This record gives sequence, C-alpha cells and structure tokens, in this order.
Amino acid sequence: MALDSKIPQGPLADKWTNYKNEINLVNPANKRLIDVIVVGTGLAGGSAAATLAELGYNVKAFCFQDSPRRAHSIAAQGGINAAKNYQGDGDSTYRLFYDTVKGGDYRSREANVYRLAEVSTNIIDQCVAQGVPFARDYGGLLDNRSFGGVLVSRTFYAKGQTGQQLLLGAYSAMNRQIGRGKIKMYNRHEMLDVVKVDGKARGIITRNLVTGEIERHSAHAVVLGTGGYGNVFYLSTNAMGSNVTAAWKAHKRGAYFANPCYTQIHPTCIPVSGDHQSKLTLMSESLRNDGRIWVPKKKEDAIAIREGKKKPTELSEDERDYYLERRYPAFGNLVPRDVASRAAKERCDAGFGVNKTGEAVYLDFASAIERYGKEQAYVQHKDANDKAVVTALGTEVVRNKYGNLFQMYEKIVDQNPYKTPMMIYPAVHYTMGGLWVDYNLQTSVEGLYAIGEANFSDHGANRLGASALMQGLADGYFVLPYTIGDYLSHDIRTGPIPTDTPEFEEAEQNVRKQVDALVNNNGTKSVDYFHKKLGKIMWNKCGMSRNATDLQSAIDEIAELRSDFYKEVRVPGGQNEFNEELAKALRVADFLELGELFAKDALTRNESAGGHFREESVELDGPQKGEALRDDENFTFVSAWEYKGAPKDAVLHKEELEFENIELKQRSYK
Amino acid sequence: MSGLLKSSIGRKVAMALSGLFLVVFLTQHFVINSTAVIAPDTFNAWSHFMGSNPLVQYGLQPVLIFGVVFHFVMGFVLELQNRKARPVGYAQYKGSANAPWTSRNMILSGLVVLAFLGLHFYDFWIPEMIHKYVETHPEDPTRYYAETVHKFESPVRVVLYVISFVLLALHLWHGFASTFQSVGFNNKYSAGLSKFAKVWAITIPVGFIIIAVYLHFNQIPH
Amino acid sequence: MKLTLKVWRQKNATAKGSIVTYPIDGIDGDMSFLEMMDMLNNKLILEGDEPVTFDHDCREGICGSCSMFINGEAHGPDRLVTTCQLHMRKFKDGDTITIEPFRAAGFPVIKDLMVDRSSFDRIQHAGGFISVNTSGNTQDANSIPIEKENADDAFAAATCIGCGACVASCKNSSAMLFVGAKVSQFALLPQGEVEATTRVLNMVKQMDEEGFGNCTNTGACEVECPKGISLENIARMNREYLSASLKG
Repeated sequence: MALDSKIPQGPLADKWTNYKNEINLVNPANKRLIDVIVVGTGLAGGSAAATLAELGYNVKAFCFQDSPRRAHSIAAQGGINAAKNYQGDGDSTYRLFYDTVKGGDYRSREANVYRLAEVSTNIIDQCVAQGVPFARDYGGLLDNRSFGGVLVSRTFYAKGQTGQQLLLGAYSAMNRQIGRGKIKMYNRHEMLDVVKVDGKARGIITRNLVTGEIERHSAHAVVLGTGGYGNVFYLSTNAMGSNVTAAWKAHKRGAYFANPCYTQIHPTCIPVSGDHQSKLTLMSESLRNDGRIWVPKKKEDAIAIREGKKKPTELSEDERDYYLERRYPAFGNLVPRDVASRAAKERCDAGFGVNKTGEAVYLDFASAIERYGKEQAYVQHKDANDKAVVTALGTEVVRNKYGNLFQMYEKIVDQNPYKTPMMIYPAVHYTMGGLWVDYNLQTSVEGLYAIGEANFSDHGANRLGASALMQGLADGYFVLPYTIGDYLSHDIRTGPIPTDTPEFEEAEQNVRKQVDALVNNNGTKSVDYFHKKLGKIMWNKCGMSRNATDLQSAIDEIAELRSDFYKEVRVPGGQNEFNEELAKALRVADFLELGELFAKDALTRNESAGGHFREESVELDGPQKGEALRDDENFTFVSAWEYKGAPKDAVLHKEELEFENIELKQRSYK
Repeated sequence: MSGLLKSSIGRKVAMALSGLFLVVFLTQHFVINSTAVIAPDTFNAWSHFMGSNPLVQYGLQPVLIFGVVFHFVMGFVLELQNRKARPVGYAQYKGSANAPWTSRNMILSGLVVLAFLGLHFYDFWIPEMIHKYVETHPEDPTRYYAETVHKFESPVRVVLYVISFVLLALHLWHGFASTFQSVGFNNKYSAGLSKFAKVWAITIPVGFIIIAVYLHFNQIPH
Repeated sequence: MKLTLKVWRQKNATAKGSIVTYPIDGIDGDMSFLEMMDMLNNKLILEGDEPVTFDHDCREGICGSCSMFINGEAHGPDRLVTTCQLHMRKFKDGDTITIEPFRAAGFPVIKDLMVDRSSFDRIQHAGGFISVNTSGNTQDANSIPIEKENADDAFAAATCIGCGACVASCKNSSAMLFVGAKVSQFALLPQGEVEATTRVLNMVKQMDEEGFGNCTNTGACEVECPKGISLENIARMNREYLSASLKG
C-alpha cells in the first residue's frame, strides 16, 4: 500500500483553514447515532474524549489506571508552548513552526507542525477557561518562561506541575461529560486487540483488570491516545504501567509503525542507585539554566570520588572539566537535550563518572549561588565579600527558583544539593516515533486514529522542551474532532456495530489464547527478569549512540530473549482476578517485539538525526569533528514499517518529506 | 436550605454554633459563680435574679437545655456515622503522629462532661426545681450562697468536680478554637482567634476549679 | 538491612483478609518503599506464592496511585511524600513494618493493599468542572486578569493528587480535604464563580452519599497530605456551602 499523507493543497498557512472549510460535517442529530472508542485518558485521549462527547458522539473511554486523572501526562513538569506572543518578543505561528521543525532535525512533516503551531494559542485560551491555574504575574496576566534554547519566551507553566494541571483540566472536561452520560468510562481496562470489520477499525477487545473478564466493545471509529513506548528500556521516566500494547496490537492489525528508533534521552535525571531501581526520575531541564555540568579532569579523582575517598567540593576549579562549556562554547550547558546526553555518556564511558556505578556527572549550583548571592548582597547593601552572607543570600534565590526540585532530589538521593553538587545522568524520556498517521491523524487502518505521543507526527527526530503537552492537547481538542468528523460523516446510516460477528470472535479468541498461554506457562523466571534483560540490551545497543554491529546483535538477542520468554516466564495467579503479573507479561510480550523493530529501524537509518545518533554518521573533520551528521540526501523520509510476522521481517515504506518552506541546515552548537 | 441539617457540613456547623452558644453560657455562669468567692451578697442577688426571673426561667432555660441536648445528641449521631465510615479498622493507627489527643478524643471528654452534667443536675438543678416548683417554698433571696458552699463540703465531690473541669478544658481546647474553622473562618486573624480560644479554654475551667476548691476550704456553719 | 513485614493480604473484595508476616533481608537504604515491595514480590513469585497487589504507577509522587498505610500512617512516617518516594533509609535494621490498605467505607478493598477510589471520581463527576465547551476561542486567556495571590492559592489547591491519604488518615474517614481542595480551586477563580452554588452543593451531596465521615477539625489530613494541601480549603468549602445553602 502506498503511503498517502493526505496533506491539503495550498499555501502552508492556509492548509488547515481550507481543510476545515471543505470537510464533511455530521449534523448533531446524527452524531447521537455514532459511537467512538477512545483508548487512553492522558492529555490527548482525555481531551479527545471530552471534546467528541461535547460534540454529541457517544464516547467509550478506556484507561488501565484506576482513574483517568492518573495517566502519565500528569508527570510533565516544565510547561506548554504556545505562540501567543504575550511577551512581545517576536514570537509567531511561523517561528514556533520553524523552531519545532528545526528542533526535530528536519524529520517531521511541515503541514502537521504548522497546524500544531497554529492551534497552540487556542489551547491556552481553552485551558484558562476550564480553570487551569497557570502562573500569573503581579498584574494578573499570564506569565511565561523560556525553555530549551529557543529565542523567545513562549512557555506557559504552573510551577513544576504543568502536566498535572493540564491533565486535571482535561479530566474535568471529561467529568462533565461522564456526569451527562455522554462518556462511558471504563477504568482499569486494558486494550488487547483492535477489531477490523471490512478493513475498518470497528472495535476493541479489552481485559477488565479487576475481574479478568475479556470484553468486546464496538464503535464506528477507534482512537488510540496510549502514549509512548519508552518502557521498552525497562528504566525510563515513564510510569510503571506505560506500555506499547495498544499501539503494537494496532500495528499487528495493519497500522504502520513509524520511526520507532527516535527516542529522546533526557540529560538531567537522577542516576540509577542500584539493581533494585524500578524507574527513573526526571529533574526539569530548567535546572541547566543555572547549573554547571562537570566531571573531574583526572581519572584518579573520579575513582577516589567513586570510592568515597574524596568529595566533589574538595576539587579546585582547575581539577574540574566543565566539558559542555569546553566543547560547545557558544551554547555551553544549554545545548539541546540529545547533545548534552551524549556528552555525559562520552565522559562516563571514558571513566570519569562520579557515582558508585560510574554513571553520573555533576550538576553544580555553587557558581549560581555565589553569583546570585553577590547580586543580592549589593541590592540589600550587605557585605559582598563575606562568603557566609553571600552563600545564604544565593541559596535563598536558588531555593525560590527550584525549591521543589531540590527537595525531591534530597528525598531520593539523601544529599543536600545546595551544599554538594547534584548527580545526574541521562534517561529515556519520550519517544518521537509511533503509529504512522496521515494529516487526519488516521493510521494506515481506516477508522483507526492515533493521537499524542502514540503517533509519530510532529516532533521529527527530536522533541523540543514543552512541546509534548502542546501536541497532546492540540490533537485531542482541536485536530481530531474535525478530522474524525469527516470520516464519520460516511457512517450516519451504518447503525450500531454488532459484536457477535466472526471478526470479534476471532479477535477475542486471539486474546484468550495469549492469556491462557501465559497463565499456564509455569516457567521459572519472573516477568521483570525478562523486562530488565530487554532493557539492558536496548540501553547498551540502541541507546544514546548506536552502530551497525550492536544493532544487528540487538536484533538477534531480542529475538532469542523473546523465545526464552515464552518458554520460561512464570505468571503466578489466575486470569479471572486482579493479576498484575499477567498484565505485565502481556505488556512485556509486546515490548519484546517492538524492541526488535526498534533496532531494525535504527539499523536502517544510517544517519545521525536528533535523538538517533549513529557512530558511522559523524562529521569527519573541521570544527564540527565528531558531531552528529544528518544525511538529507538519503534519509529525508519517514520510515513506516508494515507488520509481516517476526518484527525483523517488517517491510519498510518510505514517506518522503518535502520541505517547501524551510531550508535544511546542519545543527551547530559550537 | 431544608437539607442543611442532613449534610455533613450542615451538621458540623450546627455542632460549632451550639458549642459556641454553650461557650457563651459557660462564660456567664463563670462570672456569676466567681462572685461566690469575691462577693457573696452579689452572688445571692444574681442567683436570685437568675432563679426567679421569668424570662430566664421560661425563656433562656429551655433554650439552654435544648442547646445542651442538641450538642450531645448531634455529637453522638456524628460519632456513630464516623465509625460507620470505617467498617474495618486498622491494625495499627498512629493518631498521635498527626493530630493532638484533644481533637481525637472529643467523644471521651464530651462523655465525661456529660456525666458531670448529670451530677450537676442532681446537685443543683433537680433540688432547685423541687424547691421552687414541687415543694413551692417561698423565695428566700439569701439562701443561694450558703447552699452552694455546703455542696462543696465533701472532698469526693470536689475531686469529681476538678476531674470534670479538667476534661471540660480539654474538650474546649479543641472545640472552641475549631468552631471558627467549622463556620468557614480561616484567614489572617485565625491564629490570633485560636490563641484566644485556647486561653479561654484553660481560664474558665481553671476558674471553676478554683471556686470549688476555695469554697471547700472556706466552709461556713450549717 | 533485615526487616519483618506485616502485610494485609486479602484475596478479593469479598474475601476475609488477614495480616501475614514476611521476613525480608538485603534491603538497601537507597531503595524506595515500593522497590522494597518489588523485592518481596519477586521473592514470593520465585517461591511459588502470589505477589502482594498494590496500586502504583508514576513512582515520582504525582499520579496519586500508591496508597499504603505504613506503621499507622498514610504514606508512612516521612512528610510531604507519597509511598513511592518514601525511602528505606527512614527505617532501621530489625524494624517491623505494618502495611495496610487505606481504610474507609468509601474505599473498599479490591485485593491486598489495593482499594477502589472511584468514589473520588464520582464526586468530581458531580461538579468538579467548569462548563465550557472546546471552542478554543471562548475568550483570550489574558482577557480576565486574576490576582496573583488568588491564582497561587488556586494552584496550591489544585496540586491535590487524589491519593486519598486525607481519608485514610482521618479518624472519621472524612473526605473534606479532597473535596475542599477542588471546590477551592474553582471558587478562587472568576471562571468558576458562575457555577459556584450548584458545584459545592452537588459535590458535598455526592461526598455524603459515598459514605465518608464528618470533619471534626483534627487536622490529621493536612499533616499527612503528600502535597501539603491546607485546611484553609476546608474552611473555604464550609463558607461556600453555607452561602450556597442560604441562596438555594
């Protein structure tokens, strides 16, 4: 099947408006005859479910958590971008569009990104109307912060809990519709298959996680807002339950999976403390505005620190290597996420890591404390040469800016980051890849839509800070409700979709077979054993820097691990009860397939783009020597993979990316 | 409006308001009693007024009785509801980690105060009612002081009084200060108000104790 | 370190549960409480037993899933943390730790330490929203300035994660802090004013129907709340409720 991205004709800035003028609408009386299933209740799924219900469709919403409010969008910290230009600093729809395409290393679709920038302003209006308490200044107007190296202040925020506030906004919109009976909410339900009737997605099979019941649900269209697949790495900043299952089952039913290898590895996370580690915690990127990143210059010092014989504060300035400032004088500690992450890995691999495991670098606030302290001492007419006074004043400034993050760090690590430098290390954070969708957000299966992190569409090979929330809400509130209407306008005479058909029967049996097999496997190893092993392979061979040899061996190792999994996994308990091990096993089974496709995609893309760094594709000389090198001639396309049995047999379809409004350039941060 | 007393918040406010009313009564009661120590003649005069004025006897007295009964009946109703709200209890519950003893044991201190009220009725109110309305003695405006003093002759009774007032103090320590929160008053003045309520919660019961002890040690002949 | 765990085990909602004792060894102070539970579960699985069921998801203190009653306190002895952020360094070698589910009639046990908190959702369905449709241009976000102090207070109320520690800690199993926080968030914002009367009446009615107890101002909820939600929110709700009742 040829990929048709269905991008509307016309100039970039008019595409979305023209599109909306031309699509078919469904009249309100007919909307009552149409059912829509929404899986996932994060920012994308929650906002979509609420909006579709408002419009009059009958919505069935599903989440595996005990309440829609607990979806992992809730953990986003920093903020949400919007081209409001409230600060009058020259922001515009075009500039947000441009920054997003450039930030994505020119691997995203122009038309989608432009639309995203265009509706970004509506999101802020909508959220404020819902009662989302964004930060405000003393004049009572909305405040903005700047984020991740862009040149304007366009990030709206609610302290370090922006994701929580936005999700609670979407959840409240859902609550209103649940109260009106327009959304039927299914909590603690996991989607385990998509049902296709005559080539169209017409329903899903779910498992009630409390009773174990396998259920059939039908609808005229199915929307997946099921998030990313970062947990394929076992350790990530994702929630424990975040999984790829819904997206993967859709893939197996014919939806193409796009760019699975594009993963964002965030540079400022709390390092792993031992084998017991179950997940990683992100520290907001904003910390890099004031923290300086370093490791010891001499290996002996690094070893002494690891063994607890030396303290970081004992090292003089000369004995420290501020490697980002050294390598990237222009951007210093504020280089983009992928660059900062790789640089940390490079130092640790070279033996300069500073924690017990050797996988941590310092993020030091001492200079910031001193700088702010001196400033305050002058302002308050105190002695700027008195070190104690300066430190106390500076600490207070830093506390006001980052207090909650410092407190969180202290709770987890048990060290006072005001006195000794923080330790950080990169961690898997976000996946830009996902189900391939066209301009309508429809996957390659008719009637099956993917929104938010679950699709691939807007961030290219690398996502800008504060753009994930923007995309999730844009898709759910302002894009999908239009595009899906165009599709559903053909379904006004279809009537309810029956579930007692062979297609539903086949899908249900398919799920039952898998559940039965896992519960009765009686192996000797826990699900986590396999998940951890998969994570190690992914991290070591498909992590921050990748090469052909490792990727090839990852493909083989994952295939072997998968076969071991089915032989040796042990799932205690039964299937007709709450059984977390069973739920985990079903998810890990899919990760074990996705991981292989991930490695294959990374192997195929022999270029360095955004979060995907191939050791074979670097600048060979000149001032950029050793830096990532994109290959626009051969790789300006989206890789969309078609399922053909074993993941390594997947077939590649290329969607060529056309840049009519932006000139492609190599990134430089020197 | 009609459902107000059926709602949790309505009942909470009713508890607060009836409690506040009892606080006012207690203040008034204390002021009159304190004259027993400093000015027996005033004590007689005020007691005579309270005991014979029709407005007090037929107006305020029933209101007071209603207030007392309402406060404890509602207290019981709420306590039963609260118990029902946790049908299976904890094996380990560390209440002391997050709330003061007084706030967690209002039902206990309340029951002691209620028991004391029984004694108080037996000691004063019932004899007084019999004296006035059953046996219909002619009113002697000077009898109150001597009668009161004689009640405190027994050390057992004084000890019971002291214990009861200590519990009353504990009850008021939490109860009075928290009425403001219950009626929705929580702002910059709250801290000051709460301090005042706590000082009051100690002062008044201690005052009653001093009176009881003073009268015990300053008996007059029968 | 070596610990003795006393864990509430209950097969399902209708089964009778009991405390079961498990010894556990090799606990590291850097582990989170849930990682310690993972270790116990891994041991149970390999020994052929069923692991202990508990709610958990984000493990960074924001989703509100985890809900253990540890040694007599919701989320354990540390302050301003959820169970997932409680670390084992708060315990000593040889300690006995009692782990129970959050208990309230409004939170029936599903299995082991997992409870059903859908009562909180139903309270929100009754009025935890502002009735605005998704048009995206209702009015410009800056057209209603909001006093910074009110915006900050609304935000502070809105940081509630809905974990239910307030109910679990309250000797009366009262849900007033949770409901108060939601009512307050909207009461403090001009957008929420229009529906203020019906919102507070409906939410309190639903709260009462769910079988939560009454507030007696002990303040335990505020102390145990992992997000430090203030009692002021309860006072504000009382005020809102009274004025709504008088109007309605």
